[in-house]
Amino acid sequence: MDQRGYEVLGPTIHDSAISYGPIHAIEDLPEGWTSEQGPGSYRLKRRTDGALFGYATGPKSLKNFLHPSEIKLFTAERTNGTFRILSNDGLAPRRAFLGVRACELAAAGVQDRVLIEDRFKDPIYSQRRAGSIVIAVNCSDPSSVCFCTSMGTGPRAKAGYDLALTEVIDGGTHEFLVEVGSETGADLLAGTEYSEASEELRRKSDEVTARAERSIQRQFENAGVAELLKENFDHPRWDDVASRCLACGNCTMVCPTCFCVTVEDMSDVTGDHAERWRKWDSCFALGFSYIHYGSVRLSTKSRYRQWLTHKLSYWHDQFGESGCVGCGRCIAWCPAGIDLTEEVAALRAAAPAEKTNGGGE
Amino acid sequence: MTVIAEPELLDSTALADPFRPQLARIASVTRETSDTVTISTELPATGSLPQFVPGQFSMLYAYGAGEVPISISGDPGNPDRLDYTIRSVGAVTTALITRKVGDYVAMRGPFGTSWPMEAAAGEDVLLVAGGIGLAPLRPVIYHILRHRSEYGRLVILYGARSPKELLFRKELSGWSKSPDTQVLTTVDYGEPSWRGYVGVVTKLFNFVSLRPERTITMMCGPEIMMRFGIRGLQGRKFPDDRIYLSMERNMKCAVGFCGHCQMGPYFICKDGPVFTYGQMRHWMGDLREL
Repeated sequence: MDQRGYEVLGPTIHDSAISYGPIHAIEDLPEGWTSEQGPGSYRLKRRTDGALFGYATGPKSLKNFLHPSEIKLFTAERTNGTFRILSNDGLAPRRAFLGVRACELAAAGVQDRVLIEDRFKDPIYSQRRAGSIVIAVNCSDPSSVCFCTSMGTGPRAKAGYDLALTEVIDGGTHEFLVEVGSETGADLLAGTEYSEASEELRRKSDEVTARAERSIQRQFENAGVAELLKENFDHPRWDDVASRCLACGNCTMVCPTCFCVTVEDMSDVTGDHAERWRKWDSCFALGFSYIHYGSVRLSTKSRYRQWLTHKLSYWHDQFGESGCVGCGRCIAWCPAGIDLTEEVAALRAAAPAEKTNGGGE
Repeated sequence: MTVIAEPELLDSTALADPFRPQLARIASVTRETSDTVTISTELPATGSLPQFVPGQFSMLYAYGAGEVPISISGDPGNPDRLDYTIRSVGAVTTALITRKVGDYVAMRGPFGTSWPMEAAAGEDVLLVAGGIGLAPLRPVIYHILRHRSEYGRLVILYGARSPKELLFRKELSGWSKSPDTQVLTTVDYGEPSWRGYVGVVTKLFNFVSLRPERTITMMCGPEIMMRFGIRGLQGRKFPDDRIYLSMERNMKCAVGFCGHCQMGPYFICKDGPVFTYGQMRHWMGDLREL
């Protein structure tokens, strides 16, 4: 990969979590580590089988690299009473991502729909996406917050990868099944030592996926949720969740599909040099909806409602699919342990029969 | 008939880098009120100005200060200039209105949907504006007066806080003398010399006679004004799909990436800013904070 000019990013232990970091050698991988996750909780744990990829997703996703949290849009320079705008001439980094899960591939697909396939194309995201190689690793150890099976996004990667591995540990053997998803993947594989997979290895790989599927307990009823949310804007449950929500925006930061950004303008002390930066933003921030007479969404209730309704309902109107891939990050990284599957279930269970119209006069 | 066609919406093929603005020179500056200025911009000799249709907006960048969405308020029949009427409400708008002739701003756009000039052809047209909301409707007035025979009656109802805050005062009186055109203005607070109406703009519905089935309404102003305007029109049996609104939300990008302008299922920047009330009905009821 180095020779091809790609920086390899894969699972590393960093800040007490497993998240993408530079991989130079096999020792950089989190061998013998896993994660234990629950609402508002993420803990690293030891495991005894020496697995290299035996964990569920951590806080970072491909979004951190393809849709970076801070990036300069342009530089402007003032000269002779006017100014000129200079483009960013930096080339997008070329990266190979190792250990990408099926839910993350689905999330990148969701971001593609927003940032490439809609009316406008984000050049920053497009270049980074085009300059990426994806080596997926099929998930063997979903955590208790995962619900990819409810969203139809996992646990096995079906498309969108160059290579997909399944780590198979059985008794004394530690093997990987490799599946090729693209010409680039085939090319990569050709440069390595490998042997044709046995029927048994294929069967064991399928068994890894079947075990992962069985271990997923969390359920989310996706059917009908788009309509449910639109018809329940004034449901008392919004007040209930608002009493727990800190409006910190953690869920939007770790969400692999949340794409909202703001821009910041700045200049140096001489005023001759100005820059415009794009940064991640969150619909939980009070200033997010600011217009000249104040913020439109003042209450935490309205901000949580906006986030959940956009993610699970408006996203269908805008992009023809849900904005949720079932990765569970928003549950694990919520400091208050708010669980969107539980919130939607509560809205569904107690949907007021009488008052369901959000737009009544 | 020379009605304005639907805009050719900008897309990624037209905008290799949708974040990069182009420079425009300020050719004239007109002070409208104590806090509102119209700047008329032209491109440097080499560039050709982008065409716009009434209702569209641009993102205007004041060097070092930032960028804001501003509706185009000029004449769509004059392709050499893009006019912006800007009220100072924050750091960027203040920077923009203190620019002088010969200074440069930068812009991206025009973006967004147009007022229904095609649907309005042959119909009566009711314009309802509050405050700075008259600016995005001015291109409609210019267009109708330029193509007078293609439209029916033109009724302009305009409300401002006080007489001093009425925009385009000379033009208002000129428009009122145009054929088959009625202009009524009202203010929230009069002053001794004011002889016009006092009260919210929706009160003016009482002083005009309109044919609901033959009228296209275009409304722009604070959201609360539009909510009351809609109620007034509904009470007079105006069909929801013949009422058009220009909506406002925070905007950082104008191309659907920043997420700030979402209102219900819409991105105001690329699905709007002009919508029919039929499209907006569900999101403009009694609920707030959407």
